[in-house]
Amino acid sequence: MDELIEIRWHGRGGQGAKTAAQFLAEAALEEGKYIQAFPEYGPERAGAPMRAYTRISNQPIKIHSAIRSPRAVVVIDPTLATSLVLEGLGKDGLLIINSSDSPDELRKRLNYKGGKLATVDANRISLEAVGREMPNTPMLGALLKVFPVVSMEAIEKQVRAKFLKKIGEEKTEANIQAVRRAHSEVKLG
Amino acid sequence: MTIKRVPLTGDQAAAEAMRQIEPDVLAAYPITPQTEIVMTFSQFVADGRVKTEMIPVESEHSAMSACVGAASAGARTMTATSANGLALMWEIVYIAASTRLPIVMPVVNRALSGPINIHCDHSDTMGARDSGWLQVYCENAQEVYESIISAVRIAEHPEILLPIMVCQDGFITSHAVEGLEIFDDQKVKAFIGEYKPRFSLLDTDNPVTVGPLDLQDYYFEHKRQQSEAMEKALSIIPSVLGKFNKAFNRNYGLVESYKLDDAEVAVVVMSSTAGTAKAAVDNLRAKGLKVGLLRPRFFRPFPKKVIVQALSNLKAVSALDRSESFSTQGGPLFVELKSALYESDRQPLLNNHIFGLGGRDIDVGEIEDVFKDLIKVAKNNKVERLVNYLGVR
Repeated sequence: MDELIEIRWHGRGGQGAKTAAQFLAEAALEEGKYIQAFPEYGPERAGAPMRAYTRISNQPIKIHSAIRSPRAVVVIDPTLATSLVLEGLGKDGLLIINSSDSPDELRKRLNYKGGKLATVDANRISLEAVGREMPNTPMLGALLKVFPVVSMEAIEKQVRAKFLKKIGEEKTEANIQAVRRAHSEVKLG
Repeated sequence: MTIKRVPLTGDQAAAEAMRQIEPDVLAAYPITPQTEIVMTFSQFVADGRVKTEMIPVESEHSAMSACVGAASAGARTMTATSANGLALMWEIVYIAASTRLPIVMPVVNRALSGPINIHCDHSDTMGARDSGWLQVYCENAQEVYESIISAVRIAEHPEILLPIMVCQDGFITSHAVEGLEIFDDQKVKAFIGEYKPRFSLLDTDNPVTVGPLDLQDYYFEHKRQQSEAMEKALSIIPSVLGKFNKAFNRNYGLVESYKLDDAEVAVVVMSSTAGTAKAAVDNLRAKGLKVGLLRPRFFRPFPKKVIVQALSNLKAVSALDRSESFSTQGGPLFVELKSALYESDRQPLLNNHIFGLGGRDIDVGEIEDVFKDLIKVAKNNKVERLVNYLGVR
């Protein structure tokens, strides 16, 4: 993994796209990689579409611009799955969408002719596992199935480290279960 | 041995340096995108991790006023700000410099209103370039952390005694998480040492007056002394950085050269964009093009000699400015560069690109285009257009 890996996240303000981008980066940092994680700050409003970015490399990262040609795009909010998320995705691109629809349906709807497209119903998974719709961490599990840039253990460790103090053992475990379920339930098309 | 790196934003990196420096006094007012510095440091104070007297003031004008008072009393003093906050403390910014108070101020660069904008450009600190403060511009969060530590010794050097702004790019650096190497607290404390002010309002055995009226009789001499201190700083900063480099195994200077030795064309650019430009240099070098980069770290004082020296063998150079000066002859970096080169008998062809105002993103491809244009300039031996705008619609 010598090349620079660039991942773009699409979510709505308050959905935790920034957090997901950061969890992934910090998991990679734990594995000895060089990282960057940053949100694209526009007008900061809850519910407004926003982007976040993760860079991972074996070498120190020099670039400080937004990611325009991501290797992978993760769509955290199902309503954001429009042609806008395809921006800059190449032939070997990976598109992971939170949706109850199949990859084939989404591929048709988005007219996506690129690499791989995967879907997972992260809203339902988080609702069942955690008790509320919080799709950002499950989407990390889904991403890692399609694009194993870090180990699942590293992500679970991140979730545990960040959540345990705030929400306690039981809810933390539920969140980790949600990440695992998304990892196993993701459908690749 | 692998070095343990911890995830921190540029703002958190600044706060971490401040925790280790543990100034006697910190007076600050929060402003985006600097807020996280003050927020993080306040937590250190609340948790008892530092003994710093923290003064939460009602404005930046008061913040810098409190800093002037504290520093005059002999306290090691810090604050932090951005954009309109710096603008509001303007009056006292000049007073801090002319009173020769070595205040260390991280500045998170943000566009000055208006129109109102919270994102990165250098209009705030470039406006303060004639205030008498030292200015250092950092490429990434690691450099922010390390520059704040070295800034203490530069500002407090008895031959300098000037306040210093340690600048980082708003949001781009301040709000991006990177993996940082953090030095041992004791090693940092040993490097900065104890602050022994030459004068102190609290030293009643040696009473001094601070800030008296200074009219036709001495004002000019005091200004001349400030100017001399800046001149001395040009030779003292490298020696302080030399000590820092030795203590922490680094390689900082007044400027950084990147693949410049055999380069034919180069860009001169500061802060985070220099990193992006290095990636452009790497891409074009891979195609066999002789391109390079010069990154002035210090803008005040302006390291004219090393810059002229570094650029003397080049055919064409472009200065990339992240602020507009409205002089109609280019941005502040360009104008300084051109002025410094005037005395050189080997002058590269020169142009200017103003970019990134108000946080407009600039990517590797756009900088590659600047290089390609420079190669054309060198080939035709002609600058088509002196001042260009990069990425504007």
